[in-house]
Amino acid sequence: MKQYRNLIKPYLVWAFVIIVIPLILIALYAFTEDGNEVLTFSFTLENFRKFLEATYMSVIFKSFKLGILTTLICLGLGYPLAFIISKCPEKSQNLLILLVTIPEWINMLLRTYAWMNLLSDNGIINRLLQLLGISPVTMMYTDFSVLVGLICNFMPFMIIPIHTSLSKMDKSLIEAAFDLGANKFQTFTKVIWKLSIPGVLNGIMMVFLLSISTFVIPKLLGGGQYMLIGNLIESQFISVGDWNFGSAISLILAVLILIFMSLMKKMDKDE
Amino acid sequence: MRKNSKFAGFYMGLIFFLMYLPIAIVIIFSFNESKLPVRLTGFSLKWYQELLQDNAMLEALVNSLILGCLSCLVSAVIGTLGAVGLSRIRWKSRGVLEYISILPLMIPEIILGMVLMAFFYLLGLPFGMLTLLIGHTVFCVPYILMEVKARLVGMDPSLEEAARDLGAGPGRAFWDITLPLIMPAVISGSLLAFAMSMDDVVISIFINGPRLSTLPIKVYTQLKTGVTPEINALCTLLLIATLIIFLIYTRITKNKHK
Repeated sequence: MKQYRNLIKPYLVWAFVIIVIPLILIALYAFTEDGNEVLTFSFTLENFRKFLEATYMSVIFKSFKLGILTTLICLGLGYPLAFIISKCPEKSQNLLILLVTIPEWINMLLRTYAWMNLLSDNGIINRLLQLLGISPVTMMYTDFSVLVGLICNFMPFMIIPIHTSLSKMDKSLIEAAFDLGANKFQTFTKVIWKLSIPGVLNGIMMVFLLSISTFVIPKLLGGGQYMLIGNLIESQFISVGDWNFGSAISLILAVLILIFMSLMKKMDKDE
Repeated sequence: MRKNSKFAGFYMGLIFFLMYLPIAIVIIFSFNESKLPVRLTGFSLKWYQELLQDNAMLEALVNSLILGCLSCLVSAVIGTLGAVGLSRIRWKSRGVLEYISILPLMIPEIILGMVLMAFFYLLGLPFGMLTLLIGHTVFCVPYILMEVKARLVGMDPSLEEAARDLGAGPGRAFWDITLPLIMPAVISGSLLAFAMSMDDVVISIFINGPRLSTLPIKVYTQLKTGVTPEINALCTLLLIATLIIFLIYTRITKNKHK
């Protein structure tokens, strides 16, 4: 097998230099004092203490609130859709799933931008409201517009895994439940829902991770002042220049994500 | 299994309508004469003409295409070798290596972006095409690696063994037997990687440098200032390009499963 060791070498070098070393570097940054020029090794927890200040905590809370809300709405809207698709004949199922995935191939900017057209103060929705005699509503640059953007961008990540687990399901189990006298509702809660939980957990994980770490969508639909964790990290690196603090926030975000993912995995195993 | 009710069909239609409505509006207004995105005043191609005269935009497009092709090419080599190597080695560390191979897809893009920015800065690399290229391989390699790995799993190992038994060296066996067999996966993975590279804003923003602009970055900076019909036209063209790549991709992956 020796010859394969040579084959894998370029990959190993790449993975080590481009992924492993930079990640270690960030952890170092997070625990050291400032000095963007050269990495100084005076260790400190100041960056993490700073994080506990009220302004930053409120950003975290807002990010989590929006992330959870997005995930729940995606689940609420996406599950029925995945369920309906899974009940269609095989051929149209493929087509419908294709329809769900196509938007994911379209540039995220484009998808977000499309909503700017609709939601802006003199946009199409307000124009329609005006025609109906209702005074215009400010939708752009609010929590609402950000939420709409997040949901529309990440919905497919909820639908696909749920559909996968629903369509893999052994249909005879459902028939068996009916034969044993369960009604529609019982069959759903006791059989279908239970069997689709792995897909649901996968979907929740994907949507939550994506929505908690995004910064382009809140920037475009929420305006320049709108702050979520992603925007906070970006501003620390690009405009403020406090890389150590930025690294600390990223590290906290990464740890939170790891905890969340292991919780999800554990739930998956328990089921 | 029961059929869907009428309500279910309606619900499905509604969700798809909401998903595609904004995109449809972008396309419609790209052909609209008026500058304001509210009223349809007549068919016009003037926004496309303006777009074609926008040199900064064209330059960004060229940058993006060069970057996409290069990162795709480099990643295809690294990713394919990595996948073949990973599937053959019997090291104890294999599990860790496989974990690392998908790590970039699990870490939020923003963290990858800042990590790379700090790293390149420390290395003293000038921000520009080179940093963008290295940065884009971070997410391109895993996509290609995953596609190729999936293909290798379904491959009959006796084919390569037969080649070796017949006297081919390991390099020859790889080149003549394995590579042609995994080629569809290499191509589909590369297409995916290309699409991702052409799409990427988050990582690029951190490592693009002051002078160089890719198409998504250019669009992003323009969008921050508001909606213009020119962007509608650009988005429509991007949409068409994306759909073409997507169609080729589904073609290739479909043949693969046959």
